[in-house]
Amino acid sequence: MLSRVLEQNSPAAELVAWDPEAVLDGKLDRGEVTLFIAPARIAAVCGFLKERGFTRLSSITAVDWYPAEPRFEVVYHLHNMRDNRRLRLKCRLSEGESIPSVTGVWRGADWYEREVWDLFGIRFENHPDLRRILLPEDWTDHPLRKDYPVHGRRYDYVREGGE
Amino acid sequence: MPFLENRFERNVLVTTVDYVFNWARESSLWPLTFGLACCAIEMIAASASRFDIARFGAEVFRPSPRQSDLMIVAGTVTLKMAPVLKRLYDQMPEPKWVIAMGSCASVGGPFNTYAVLQGVDKIVPVDVYVSGCPPRPENLFYGLLKLQEKIDRMTTLARRPTQVRLDESMLENFKRNIRIAQTQPA
Repeated sequence: MLSRVLEQNSPAAELVAWDPEAVLDGKLDRGEVTLFIAPARIAAVCGFLKERGFTRLSSITAVDWYPAEPRFEVVYHLHNMRDNRRLRLKCRLSEGESIPSVTGVWRGADWYEREVWDLFGIRFENHPDLRRILLPEDWTDHPLRKDYPVHGRRYDYVREGGE
Repeated sequence: MPFLENRFERNVLVTTVDYVFNWARESSLWPLTFGLACCAIEMIAASASRFDIARFGAEVFRPSPRQSDLMIVAGTVTLKMAPVLKRLYDQMPEPKWVIAMGSCASVGGPFNTYAVLQGVDKIVPVDVYVSGCPPRPENLFYGLLKLQEKIDRMTTLARRPTQVRLDESMLENFKRNIRIAQTQPA
C-alpha cells in the first residue's frame, strides 16, 4: 500500500527517505495522498515538507472514531501552491495523548489548533496560547467528542447578576 | 377676558398624559441593530425600500443600545452570544421592548443543541414573538403592530387596578356552589 503511494508521489518518497520511521502508513484514494505520521514527529515532518514546497497549511482538523482505539485522528491538509498539489497528513492519538504543535512551522496553525483543543480536547505541546476559541471560556467539556450528548449539559441561564 | 375668548376652540386638545406618552413611544420606535442569522436578512429587507419599515415609524436602526428602545432579536442566539445580548439589553434606557424574531430567537428553532440558547426569553423579557423561519418582512410588521397595540395599553403615571371581568353565569355558578356547601351536613 505504501509503496504504490511512494511511486506516484515524490514528496512522500522524499519524506520516507529522510525519516523512514516518521511515516507509518500511506493511502492513495481518488488521486489524493494520505500519509499516516507518527505523532511525535509531526512538527519535524511539517518543517521538512514546508521546505519541499508545501508552503501553505490549508487546515488542521480532527476526527473522533469513538469507540475505536486509538480514537482520535488529527488531520493536516498541506498545499503546494507552485505545483498546486495537496497532501493530507494524519496522526492517530488515544485519549489523553498530546501532539506537538506546528505553530513553529506555520504561525497560522495557532487558531486551528485552538479549535481542535476546544472541540475535541486534544492538547498541543508548545502551543503559545492554548485556550478556547469558539465556546465560552468557562465551558468545561469538548462537545465534538462522540460521547458528548447532543443537547449538552444544560447551562444555568440565571447566572450573571444573580437574579 | 376678551384676549382669551374663542382662542381654545381650534388649538386645545383634551387628552391624558398616558395617551400622549404612548402615542409618542409607539409611533417612533428606534430598534437596535441586532442581526444574528438569516432573520437579519429579512429584517434588513424590511428596512429597505420595497417593504419600508419607515411606514410604521421604526426605521431608525441605531448601532448603540443607549439610543434605542426596541431590540429585535433576529436570529440564533448561541450561549456565547447570550451574555452579550443580556448586556446590550441592560444598556438600553427604559422604557424598552423586545421582539423575538423567528423560531430560533423564540424557542431555539431547529438547533436543540449544546451551543444554542433555547429561546431568548430565558435571559430577557420578550414582548412579541414572531413566528417563521425566517419570518417574511410582513410578518415582522405584524409583530411590530402588535407591539404598538401593546404599548398603547401601557399606563405611565397612574397604575390602574387589574380589571377582572365576571360574566353572570360565573356568578350564578359561584352562588350555587356556596349554597351546596351550606346545605351539606357538617
